[in-house]
Amino acid sequence: MFFWSLVLIAVGIFSSFIYGRSRIKLNSKKQGTKSKSLPNYYAQYVLIWCLFPALIVYFSWAIFQEQIIQNIVISKFEFIEGAVYNEGLLLAEIRNVANNPSFADGKSIEIINAASHYSSLRQISQISFYTSIIIIMLLGALYASQKLKPEFHAQHTIERYIQYILIFCSSVAIFTTIGIVFSLIFESLRFFAEVSIFEFLFSTEWYPFIPIREGQTAAEGSFGAVPIFAGTFLVMVVAMCVAAPLGLLTAIYLAEYASKRVRKTVKPLLEILAGIPTIVYGFFAFVSVAPFVKAFGQSFGIDASPTSALAAGMVMGVMIIPFISSLSDDVINSVPQSLREASLGIGANKAETIKKVILPAALPGIVGAFLLAISRAIGETMIVVVAAGTAPNLTGNPFENVTTVTVQIVVALIGDQEFDNPRTLSAFALGLVLFVITLFLNIIALQIVKRYRERYE
Amino acid sequence: MSNSKILANGVDVYYGSKQALFGISMDIKEKEVTALIGPSGCGKSTFLRCINRMNDLIDICKVSGSIKVDNEEIISEKTDVVSLRSKIGMVFQKPNPFPKSIFDNVAYGPTIHGLVDSKNDLEEIVHSSLKKAGLFDEVKDRLNEPGTSLSGGQQQRLCIARAIAVNPEIILMDEPCSALDPIATAIIEELIDELRLNYTIIIVTHSMQQAARVSQKTCFFHLGELIETGETNKIFTNPDNTKTQDYITGRFG
Repeated sequence: MFFWSLVLIAVGIFSSFIYGRSRIKLNSKKQGTKSKSLPNYYAQYVLIWCLFPALIVYFSWAIFQEQIIQNIVISKFEFIEGAVYNEGLLLAEIRNVANNPSFADGKSIEIINAASHYSSLRQISQISFYTSIIIIMLLGALYASQKLKPEFHAQHTIERYIQYILIFCSSVAIFTTIGIVFSLIFESLRFFAEVSIFEFLFSTEWYPFIPIREGQTAAEGSFGAVPIFAGTFLVMVVAMCVAAPLGLLTAIYLAEYASKRVRKTVKPLLEILAGIPTIVYGFFAFVSVAPFVKAFGQSFGIDASPTSALAAGMVMGVMIIPFISSLSDDVINSVPQSLREASLGIGANKAETIKKVILPAALPGIVGAFLLAISRAIGETMIVVVAAGTAPNLTGNPFENVTTVTVQIVVALIGDQEFDNPRTLSAFALGLVLFVITLFLNIIALQIVKRYRERYE
Repeated sequence: MSNSKILANGVDVYYGSKQALFGISMDIKEKEVTALIGPSGCGKSTFLRCINRMNDLIDICKVSGSIKVDNEEIISEKTDVVSLRSKIGMVFQKPNPFPKSIFDNVAYGPTIHGLVDSKNDLEEIVHSSLKKAGLFDEVKDRLNEPGTSLSGGQQQRLCIARAIAVNPEIILMDEPCSALDPIATAIIEELIDELRLNYTIIIVTHSMQQAARVSQKTCFFHLGELIETGETNKIFTNPDNTKTQDYITGRFG
């Protein structure tokens, strides 16, 4: 169904375009006047009218078809008296039988009947799908061809349509974001209905195990997220300690000292660092860095655990170097050349110029780069899952096991979890906190970068 | 007759494979204002930027020939560019104050060169430089405000104050008034006239009236060559070369 409908639509696009083009030429020749817009705009006009209604039908069919067919099948299903049915299981069974007749063996006659009903409904649906697509395309083209007169400003109309299309595309991202935020908020509200928000934000015990059965003697769960935030903060600080100096100095080298050729090679190479899948960093951290950290700690008599905040933070720091270096390089480069000339013209040397003129001028942008890197570090998951451990430890010692917000979300959501369990719901509350923090960091960062831009342009 | 301050001999400049200056030779006297005039792209700014080695900043730029400042060769690997530039101040086409306070803008040079020992000395230098640049009275109450908050003409005088704060002997001005309105331009021109008493000034300008008003010597550049050089009065009233004549009478350029 999918393939042939694509072919159908492609044919529609092609023929409507050709049709529109030749039709307007014909019409303007007939009237002896020149058309107001170029023929291609009329062709696009026909194309849009042919394509978009058909696409709407296509997608609504794809979305609703299965649901509608299932409802009909279920409503017609002759339930055997006394038997208990789970609707989902029943439907799955019917679909299996319909798709693969060999499964029919041993099934009740009701199921087999329903399955054949299901198949025939699907067939009807498919036939009517193709016919309605064709009819809609023809109707659209017909409507558009009425307008194909030389005095019609096709170009203006097309520009308006394009604007609608652009608005639609940009609103998809916005509405998705809003949807995600609302789902986070509502699920978090469900969580906070069971766990007090003060306990969540201020208590230091994270023990998210809830008795599964009524009266089970397991310990009561407690949801104090402070150790998790502390762990996140610790890993972030370690990461920034690595990334801030390395990234900034790299940026200074690239922007001020490196020759054009070196810069052209090194910058993309650094940006490749950002393209390495984070899980790869994760096992690098776990396999290479964490044992090194443990051995290093032990040589100083510090008892380091096999997974530690330090290992995860260091590797995460390497991961975010390109964010800092690339963004800082851009802001340093956008410091006007005239300031460099002014400073050098007074007789300052390069180091003085960078320290006293360029960096202060670029500082807001650099801070913005740091904040973006921090929000990246806070949101990073895989490295910490693998290399930082999962123990909610309230500690400032980077050699210890810690856990972060993202790790706890993973822990809460994997496995067999019901969605009315506070442990699962805690993922949403944690996600909400994470979202709010990174949102604020990003807003601050963007504001700083913006203010900096206003100063020079 | 005063002494030669800058003596250029056969200066060639290449941008990549394109030659921008052809054998420029020039003798610039001490404590005079020399104007470099000529149509756009004639190389006058390029020549100006050779004098304080500002062309070093452009990778593809190659300078050959000889320029002597106080009898010392400066087109050489051995030249101490930093001390050369502290001796030769520069004012640019567009006012380019640092995004720092007015005070810090002027204090920048003396601080990095270690010219001052105490805060009072620094204040003294900043105030006197601002006074010499004719800006002190306008900004004395707001020395801590950013230099970028000043008007264009004030910013340019701030840049002049910044340049003279390191006590240079020569000031290079690259079209210092091209971004300014006529009133601000008049103020700068008066200032140039006063500065002449203490500094050797070389000014690149597009305005022939400006050259006539502020300079004692004028050099006319055309297509990378120095066509004519002489007393400003003579150049503007009775030039030897017909090209100069054509340019100053507005027949081209």
